[in-house]
Amino acid sequence: MNDRQFFIDYSRCIGCQSCVQACGECDTHRGTSMIHLETIERIDSVQTAPQVCMHCEDPVCARVCPADAIKKTPDGVVQSSLKPRCIACSNCVVSCPFGVPKYMAEFEQMMKCDMCYDRTSVDKKPMCATVCPSGALMFTTMEEIQRTRMGIPVNSWKFGQEEVKTKVYVMVPRAVERVNIDLVQITPTPASLPVDPYDIALMLEVLQ
Amino acid sequence: MNSGIEKSIEIAGCASCASCVKTPQSLQDFPIEWEGDHYVSRREMVKFLTLGSFLLVLANWATAFARSMIRKDSSTVLRLGPASDLAQNGALLFRYPTPQDPCIAVRTQEGALVAYSQVCTHLSCAVVYDKSADQLVCPCHRGVFNVDRGAPIAGPPTRPLARVKIEQRGDHIFATGLEV
Repeated sequence: MNDRQFFIDYSRCIGCQSCVQACGECDTHRGTSMIHLETIERIDSVQTAPQVCMHCEDPVCARVCPADAIKKTPDGVVQSSLKPRCIACSNCVVSCPFGVPKYMAEFEQMMKCDMCYDRTSVDKKPMCATVCPSGALMFTTMEEIQRTRMGIPVNSWKFGQEEVKTKVYVMVPRAVERVNIDLVQITPTPASLPVDPYDIALMLEVLQ
Repeated sequence: MNSGIEKSIEIAGCASCASCVKTPQSLQDFPIEWEGDHYVSRREMVKFLTLGSFLLVLANWATAFARSMIRKDSSTVLRLGPASDLAQNGALLFRYPTPQDPCIAVRTQEGALVAYSQVCTHLSCAVVYDKSADQLVCPCHRGVFNVDRGAPIAGPPTRPLARVKIEQRGDHIFATGLEV
């Protein structure tokens, strides 16, 4: 694999939808775009932000998949669901902290960005990064991005108590080392509850 | 319980250290990594080979059995006529098993009853019975066949004629099948 990385600079997005269109032209999922182009604070701003899969080091979508349908390649790219295995349960859709996986009802399958693995595995840029006119989506080397941008790339996130490391970097101001996102705790989590002495799954884990 | 964990770590060949995080059994069985998912264990390989061989044997038996079944079903019995129609050292033409398959029945000089496809195995001309020589002869290229077994004995043909099973039941002659 090449030494180029994927960088997202949300502040540079101009909402032109080029990435959405380009993604939909990919041969592996022709006609269906895997990119979410989000509008932020729609009342006050016209700012948009592209969201591709961040390719977590420990992908929670794959962890929660009951059908073993989501796989990570040796170079760290988390693939879209395997069609013969996906049971369209949408566990991954609700578990992803970035809201990336999409349940496609017409195919009865979860589909998501796989960083154009057919292209990036042969040292080509992903479709979206080839067309982005403002450099919000870049597929380049770390040295190049540091040389040309004001901010710094980070790939460390914290959602509530959960730390996440991703393959894809986002550009943030220099003071930021990790993107912290506070979550409102509305229901107790397993961590906040006392340990259930009769939890069979826990017993099995300990025995192993 | 702790001893159990240490034992499993020893078996896995991992040195016990504080930073070592054991992979849960679920992730060992269903790895997220592509490489782990594609890994074929020796046991799976042997299982595949054993089952594959077993299926191959079954398929062979099924094919053999199916062939015998088809052959049994396809042989129709055709009455050729009274036995008096086929005099000693004489021949009788008929079509078997379909009207497009010309055949020839011969009562040889020794009195044996034989029948063959009339199609010459050289270039498909119709063979005829040569009474004087007691042979089947193809007039096109002078191919000659033995009347006892239908084997080529002269001329260009190299393969024997297809043999038709023929038998006399009472006073009538019947074609009962093809010898393959």
